Amino acid sequence: MIQDIIFAKYNYIIYITLMTIGFYGMIGKRNLIKKLIGMSIFQYSIFLFYISAADVSGGTAPILLKEPAVYVNPLPHVLILTAIVVAVSTLAVGLSLAIRIHREFGTLDEDKIIELS
Amino acid sequence: MKPEPETNDIILRTGASIMVPLILLWGLYVLIHGALGPGGGFQAGVILAAGFILYTAAFGLGETKKILTMKRVLLLASTGLLIYAGVGVLAIIFGGSFLEYGVLPLGHSPAESSKYGIEMVEVGIGLTVMAIMVSIFYDIAFNGE
Amino acid sequence: MRRYLAVLSCALFWAILVYGVPDLPDLGDPDAPSHKHVVPEYIEGSYKEAGVTNIVTAILANYRGYDTLGETTVIFTAGITVMLLIRRKWK
Repeated sequence: MIQDIIFAKYNYIIYITLMTIGFYGMIGKRNLIKKLIGMSIFQYSIFLFYISAADVSGGTAPILLKEPAVYVNPLPHVLILTAIVVAVSTLAVGLSLAIRIHREFGTLDEDKIIELS
Repeated sequence: MKPEPETNDIILRTGASIMVPLILLWGLYVLIHGALGPGGGFQAGVILAAGFILYTAAFGLGETKKILTMKRVLLLASTGLLIYAGVGVLAIIFGGSFLEYGVLPLGHSPAESSKYGIEMVEVGIGLTVMAIMVSIFYDIAFNGE
Repeated sequence: MRRYLAVLSCALFWAILVYGVPDLPDLGDPDAPSHKHVVPEYIEGSYKEAGVTNIVTAILANYRGYDTLGETTVIFTAGITVMLLIRRKWK
Protein backbone atom coordinates (compact mmCIF):
# COMPACT_ATOMS: atom_id res chain seq x y z
CA MET A 1 0.00 0.00 0.00
CA ILE A 2 2.66 2.47 1.05
CA GLN A 3 4.86 1.28 -1.84
CA ASP A 4 2.10 2.13 -4.33
CA ILE A 5 1.81 5.62 -3.00
CA ILE A 6 5.54 6.23 -2.98
CA PHE A 7 6.19 4.85 -6.48
CA ALA A 8 3.25 6.51 -8.20
CA LYS A 9 3.09 9.87 -6.41
CA TYR A 10 6.68 10.53 -5.39
CA ASN A 11 6.81 13.93 -7.03
CA TYR A 12 4.22 15.41 -4.67
CA ILE A 13 6.18 14.27 -1.61
CA ILE A 14 9.41 15.81 -2.94
CA TYR A 15 7.74 19.16 -3.60
CA ILE A 16 6.04 19.17 -0.21
CA THR A 17 9.47 18.66 1.38
CA LEU A 18 10.83 21.63 -0.59
CA MET A 19 7.84 23.69 0.55
CA THR A 20 8.60 22.84 4.18
CA ILE A 21 12.24 23.86 3.79
CA GLY A 22 11.13 27.23 2.42
CA PHE A 23 8.59 27.65 5.18
CA TYR A 24 11.22 26.98 7.84
CA GLY A 25 13.41 29.61 6.24
CA MET A 26 10.59 32.14 6.46
CA ILE A 27 9.84 31.67 10.15
CA GLY A 28 13.00 30.25 11.70
CA LYS A 29 15.65 32.73 10.59
CA ARG A 30 16.26 36.23 11.92
CA ASN A 31 17.87 38.02 9.00
CA LEU A 32 15.49 39.73 6.58
CA ILE A 33 17.28 38.60 3.42
CA LYS A 34 17.18 34.96 4.57
CA LYS A 35 13.45 35.28 5.12
CA LEU A 36 13.09 36.57 1.57
CA ILE A 37 15.10 33.65 0.20
CA GLY A 38 12.80 31.26 2.12
CA MET A 39 9.75 32.92 0.59
CA SER A 40 11.30 32.51 -2.87
CA ILE A 41 11.97 28.79 -2.34
CA PHE A 42 8.37 28.35 -1.12
CA GLN A 43 6.93 30.01 -4.22
CA TYR A 44 9.06 28.06 -6.70
CA SER A 45 8.18 24.74 -5.07
CA ILE A 46 4.49 25.47 -5.66
CA PHE A 47 5.16 26.19 -9.35
CA LEU A 48 6.97 22.86 -9.74
CA PHE A 49 4.07 21.10 -7.98
CA TYR A 50 1.54 22.38 -10.51
CA ILE A 51 3.70 21.68 -13.54
CA SER A 52 4.42 18.13 -12.44
CA ALA A 53 0.68 17.55 -12.02
CA ALA A 54 0.14 18.55 -15.66
CA ASP A 55 2.17 15.73 -17.16
CA VAL A 56 0.59 13.07 -19.39
CA SER A 57 2.75 9.99 -19.88
CA GLY A 58 3.86 9.64 -23.51
CA GLY A 59 2.84 13.18 -24.34
CA THR A 60 4.87 15.71 -26.26
CA ALA A 61 5.29 19.48 -26.00
CA PRO A 62 2.06 21.45 -26.60
CA ILE A 63 2.84 22.76 -30.10
CA LEU A 64 0.54 21.53 -32.85
CA LEU A 65 2.06 19.04 -35.28
CA LYS A 66 0.76 17.87 -38.65
CA GLU A 67 -0.31 14.41 -37.50
CA PRO A 68 -2.51 13.82 -34.45
CA ALA A 69 -0.55 13.27 -31.27
CA VAL A 70 -1.00 13.26 -27.52
CA TYR A 71 -0.13 16.58 -25.91
CA VAL A 72 0.77 17.53 -22.38
CA ASN A 73 -1.91 19.58 -20.59
CA PRO A 74 -1.07 23.20 -21.53
CA LEU A 75 -3.30 25.04 -19.08
CA PRO A 76 -1.10 24.87 -15.93
CA HIS A 77 1.86 26.09 -18.00
CA VAL A 78 -0.05 29.26 -18.82
CA LEU A 79 -1.17 29.90 -15.26
CA ILE A 80 2.33 29.32 -13.88
CA LEU A 81 3.79 31.81 -16.41
CA THR A 82 1.60 34.45 -14.82
CA ALA A 83 2.51 33.28 -11.33
CA ILE A 84 6.26 33.41 -12.02
CA VAL A 85 5.98 37.06 -13.05
CA VAL A 86 4.01 37.84 -9.90
CA ALA A 87 6.65 36.09 -7.77
CA VAL A 88 9.45 38.15 -9.35
CA SER A 89 7.49 41.35 -8.70
CA THR A 90 6.92 40.42 -5.07
CA LEU A 91 10.62 39.64 -4.59
CA ALA A 92 11.61 42.99 -6.13
CA VAL A 93 9.31 44.97 -3.83
CA GLY A 94 10.43 42.96 -0.79
CA LEU A 95 14.10 43.62 -1.54
CA SER A 96 13.49 47.34 -1.96
CA LEU A 97 11.69 47.42 1.40
CA ALA A 98 14.71 45.71 2.98
CA ILE A 99 17.00 48.37 1.45
CA ARG A 100 14.86 51.14 2.96
CA ILE A 101 14.84 49.44 6.37
CA HIS A 102 18.61 49.21 6.25
CA ARG A 103 18.86 52.91 5.40
CA GLU A 104 16.66 53.85 8.37
CA PHE A 105 17.85 51.54 11.15
CA GLY A 106 21.30 50.47 10.05
CA THR A 107 20.71 46.76 10.71
CA LEU A 108 18.88 43.86 9.08
CA ASP A 109 18.26 41.77 12.19
CA GLU A 110 14.62 41.31 13.07
CA ASP A 111 14.88 41.53 16.87
CA LYS A 112 17.04 44.64 16.79
CA ILE A 113 14.60 46.36 14.45
CA ILE A 114 11.71 45.65 16.79
CA GLU A 115 13.74 47.12 19.66
CA LEU A 116 14.74 50.21 17.74
CA SER A 117 11.33 51.12 16.35
CA MET B 1 49.93 40.72 -3.30
CA LYS B 2 49.91 42.79 -6.40
CA PRO B 3 46.37 43.38 -7.66
CA GLU B 4 45.75 42.87 -11.38
CA PRO B 5 42.88 45.13 -12.36
CA GLU B 6 43.17 44.74 -16.12
CA THR B 7 42.65 41.02 -16.66
CA ASN B 8 39.00 40.63 -15.70
CA ASP B 9 38.06 43.78 -17.52
CA ILE B 10 39.58 42.70 -20.82
CA ILE B 11 37.97 39.25 -20.78
CA LEU B 12 34.59 40.65 -19.79
CA ARG B 13 34.73 43.45 -22.34
CA THR B 14 35.72 41.16 -25.22
CA GLY B 15 33.16 38.54 -24.32
CA ALA B 16 30.40 41.11 -23.92
CA SER B 17 31.15 42.85 -27.20
CA ILE B 18 30.70 39.52 -29.00
CA MET B 19 27.71 38.28 -27.04
CA VAL B 20 25.47 41.32 -26.56
CA PRO B 21 24.41 41.78 -30.23
CA LEU B 22 23.71 38.04 -30.52
CA ILE B 23 21.64 38.05 -27.30
CA LEU B 24 19.56 41.02 -28.49
CA LEU B 25 19.03 39.40 -31.90
CA TRP B 26 17.96 36.13 -30.30
CA GLY B 27 15.54 37.97 -28.03
CA LEU B 28 13.89 39.57 -31.04
CA TYR B 29 13.68 36.14 -32.73
CA VAL B 30 11.96 34.59 -29.69
CA LEU B 31 9.48 37.50 -29.62
CA ILE B 32 8.45 37.22 -33.26
CA HIS B 33 8.34 33.42 -33.39
CA GLY B 34 6.08 33.19 -30.35
CA ALA B 35 3.17 32.09 -32.48
CA LEU B 36 4.95 29.26 -34.32
CA GLY B 37 7.17 27.66 -31.72
CA PRO B 38 8.06 28.10 -28.07
CA GLY B 39 8.44 31.69 -27.00
CA GLY B 40 6.30 34.77 -26.62
CA GLY B 41 6.24 38.08 -24.85
CA PHE B 42 7.49 37.37 -21.34
CA GLN B 43 10.39 35.18 -22.37
CA ALA B 44 11.59 37.67 -24.97
CA GLY B 45 11.36 40.58 -22.55
CA VAL B 46 13.59 38.88 -20.03
CA ILE B 47 16.16 37.86 -22.68
CA LEU B 48 16.40 41.42 -24.00
CA ALA B 49 16.82 42.77 -20.47
CA ALA B 50 19.58 40.22 -19.84
CA GLY B 51 21.44 41.55 -22.87
CA PHE B 52 21.35 45.10 -21.52
CA ILE B 53 22.39 43.94 -18.04
CA LEU B 54 25.44 42.16 -19.48
CA TYR B 55 26.36 45.36 -21.31
CA THR B 56 26.11 47.30 -18.05
CA ALA B 57 28.23 44.77 -16.17
CA ALA B 58 31.00 44.97 -18.77
CA PHE B 59 31.14 48.67 -19.64
CA GLY B 60 29.74 50.49 -16.62
CA LEU B 61 26.52 52.32 -15.88
CA GLY B 62 27.32 55.52 -17.80
CA GLU B 63 27.49 53.77 -21.16
CA THR B 64 24.07 52.18 -20.80
CA LYS B 65 22.52 55.39 -19.52
CA LYS B 66 23.42 57.07 -22.81
CA ILE B 67 20.97 54.79 -24.62
CA LEU B 68 18.39 53.96 -21.94
CA THR B 69 17.98 57.04 -19.77
CA MET B 70 15.49 56.91 -16.93
CA LYS B 71 12.87 58.81 -18.92
CA ARG B 72 13.14 56.53 -21.95
CA VAL B 73 12.76 53.43 -19.81
CA LEU B 74 9.52 54.74 -18.27
CA LEU B 75 8.30 55.75 -21.73
CA LEU B 76 8.94 52.24 -23.12
CA ALA B 77 7.10 50.59 -20.23
CA SER B 78 4.06 52.83 -20.60
CA THR B 79 4.01 52.34 -24.38
CA GLY B 80 3.90 48.57 -24.05
CA LEU B 81 0.92 48.63 -21.71
CA LEU B 82 -0.81 51.21 -23.92
CA ILE B 83 -0.42 48.95 -26.98
CA TYR B 84 -2.07 46.08 -25.13
CA ALA B 85 -5.06 48.09 -23.90
CA GLY B 86 -5.21 49.89 -27.24
CA VAL B 87 -5.78 46.65 -29.15
CA GLY B 88 -8.62 45.86 -26.76
CA VAL B 89 -10.30 49.23 -27.25
CA LEU B 90 -9.75 48.97 -31.02
CA ALA B 91 -11.76 45.74 -30.97
CA ILE B 92 -14.62 47.61 -29.26
CA ILE B 93 -14.50 50.34 -31.92
CA PHE B 94 -14.88 47.76 -34.69
CA GLY B 95 -17.95 46.21 -33.13
CA GLY B 96 -16.82 43.28 -31.01
CA SER B 97 -16.29 42.94 -27.28
CA PHE B 98 -13.12 43.88 -25.40
CA LEU B 99 -10.03 42.02 -26.74
CA GLU B 100 -11.98 40.10 -29.36
CA TYR B 101 -9.44 39.81 -32.17
CA GLY B 102 -11.80 38.28 -34.72
CA VAL B 103 -13.49 41.56 -35.69
CA LEU B 104 -10.29 43.50 -36.51
CA PRO B 105 -9.93 44.08 -40.30
CA LEU B 106 -6.33 42.86 -40.46
CA GLY B 107 -6.74 39.55 -42.29
CA HIS B 108 -9.02 37.54 -44.56
CA SER B 109 -10.76 35.53 -41.84
CA PRO B 110 -11.27 35.80 -38.08
CA ALA B 111 -8.50 33.26 -37.48
CA GLU B 112 -5.96 35.33 -39.41
CA SER B 113 -7.00 38.56 -37.67
CA SER B 114 -6.59 36.72 -34.40
CA LYS B 115 -3.01 35.80 -35.34
CA TYR B 116 -2.06 39.42 -36.09
CA GLY B 117 -3.80 40.60 -32.93
CA ILE B 118 -1.84 38.09 -30.86
CA GLU B 119 1.46 39.24 -32.38
CA MET B 120 0.75 42.90 -31.67
CA VAL B 121 -0.14 42.09 -28.08
CA GLU B 122 3.08 40.08 -27.66
CA VAL B 123 5.15 43.06 -28.80
CA GLY B 124 3.46 45.18 -26.16
CA ILE B 125 4.13 42.65 -23.42
CA GLY B 126 7.78 42.28 -24.46
CA LEU B 127 8.41 46.03 -24.35
CA THR B 128 6.91 46.42 -20.88
CA VAL B 129 8.72 43.47 -19.35
CA MET B 130 12.10 44.53 -20.80
CA ALA B 131 11.77 48.12 -19.60
CA ILE B 132 10.68 47.17 -16.08
CA MET B 133 13.45 44.57 -15.65
CA VAL B 134 16.08 47.17 -16.64
CA SER B 135 14.50 49.75 -14.32
CA ILE B 136 14.47 47.37 -11.34
CA PHE B 137 18.13 46.54 -12.07
CA TYR B 138 19.04 50.25 -12.10
CA ASP B 139 17.32 50.83 -8.77
CA ILE B 140 18.38 47.83 -6.73
CA ALA B 141 21.95 47.46 -8.00
CA PHE B 142 23.05 51.09 -8.06
CA ASN B 143 21.07 52.39 -5.09
CA GLY B 144 19.04 54.99 -6.82
CA GLU B 145 21.30 56.94 -9.13
CA MET C 1 13.20 28.49 21.92
CA ARG C 2 11.95 30.03 18.69
CA ARG C 3 13.96 27.51 16.70
CA TYR C 4 12.26 24.55 18.42
CA LEU C 5 8.83 26.06 17.82
CA ALA C 6 9.71 26.64 14.15
CA VAL C 7 10.90 23.05 13.61
CA LEU C 8 7.81 21.67 15.35
CA SER C 9 5.39 23.70 13.27
CA CYS C 10 7.25 22.80 10.06
CA ALA C 11 7.02 19.10 10.90
CA LEU C 12 3.28 19.50 11.57
CA PHE C 13 2.89 21.33 8.23
CA TRP C 14 4.68 18.49 6.39
CA ALA C 15 2.63 15.80 8.08
CA ILE C 16 -0.71 17.45 7.31
CA LEU C 17 0.19 17.97 3.64
CA VAL C 18 1.55 14.45 3.12
CA TYR C 19 -1.63 13.09 4.71
CA GLY C 20 -3.52 14.52 1.73
CA VAL C 21 -1.25 13.06 -0.99
CA PRO C 22 -3.05 9.68 -1.57
CA ASP C 23 -6.08 11.51 -2.99
CA LEU C 24 -4.12 13.23 -5.75
CA PRO C 25 -3.92 11.64 -9.26
CA ASP C 26 -0.89 9.57 -10.27
CA LEU C 27 2.05 11.10 -12.08
CA GLY C 28 1.30 11.01 -15.81
CA ASP C 29 -2.24 9.65 -15.55
CA PRO C 30 -4.13 10.47 -18.75
CA ASP C 31 -7.53 10.14 -17.03
CA ALA C 32 -6.99 12.81 -14.40
CA PRO C 33 -9.98 15.17 -14.12
CA SER C 34 -7.87 18.24 -14.75
CA HIS C 35 -7.15 17.12 -18.33
CA LYS C 36 -10.78 16.73 -19.30
CA HIS C 37 -12.73 19.81 -18.35
CA VAL C 38 -11.95 22.57 -20.89
CA VAL C 39 -8.52 21.65 -22.31
CA PRO C 40 -9.67 19.49 -25.31
CA GLU C 41 -11.68 22.48 -26.56
CA TYR C 42 -8.57 24.70 -26.35
CA ILE C 43 -6.42 22.15 -28.20
CA GLU C 44 -9.04 21.76 -30.97
CA GLY C 45 -9.68 25.44 -31.47
CA SER C 46 -6.07 26.56 -31.35
CA TYR C 47 -5.59 26.55 -35.13
CA LYS C 48 -9.17 26.99 -36.31
CA GLU C 49 -10.16 29.94 -34.13
CA ALA C 50 -6.93 31.47 -32.89
CA GLY C 51 -4.75 30.88 -35.93
CA VAL C 52 -1.49 29.95 -34.18
CA THR C 53 0.16 26.58 -33.70
CA ASN C 54 1.62 27.29 -30.26
CA ILE C 55 -1.18 26.24 -27.89
CA VAL C 56 0.36 28.02 -24.88
CA THR C 57 0.49 31.37 -26.71
CA ALA C 58 -3.06 30.91 -27.97
CA ILE C 59 -4.37 30.34 -24.45
CA LEU C 60 -2.25 33.14 -22.96
CA ALA C 61 -3.15 35.86 -25.46
CA ASN C 62 -6.53 34.82 -26.86
CA TYR C 63 -8.59 32.61 -24.56
CA ARG C 64 -7.23 34.11 -21.32
CA GLY C 65 -6.16 37.50 -22.63
CA TYR C 66 -7.74 39.47 -19.81
CA ASP C 67 -5.57 37.71 -17.20
CA THR C 68 -2.47 38.63 -19.18
CA LEU C 69 -3.53 42.29 -19.21
CA GLY C 70 -3.87 42.21 -15.41
CA GLU C 71 -0.47 40.60 -15.09
CA THR C 72 1.27 43.19 -17.25
CA THR C 73 -0.27 45.80 -14.95
CA VAL C 74 1.16 43.93 -11.94
CA ILE C 75 4.70 44.01 -13.25
CA PHE C 76 4.35 47.68 -14.25
CA THR C 77 3.14 48.54 -10.74
CA ALA C 78 6.04 46.66 -9.17
CA GLY C 79 8.52 48.66 -11.25
CA ILE C 80 6.90 51.94 -10.22
CA THR C 81 6.90 50.87 -6.55
CA VAL C 82 10.60 50.06 -6.55
CA MET C 83 11.26 53.43 -8.20
CA LEU C 84 9.27 55.27 -5.54
CA LEU C 85 10.94 53.52 -2.63
CA ILE C 86 14.59 53.79 -3.62
CA ARG C 87 15.27 56.82 -5.80
CA ARG C 88 16.70 59.75 -3.93
CA LYS C 89 16.77 62.63 -6.37
CA TRP C 90 14.06 63.34 -8.92
CA LYS C 91 15.35 65.97 -11.26
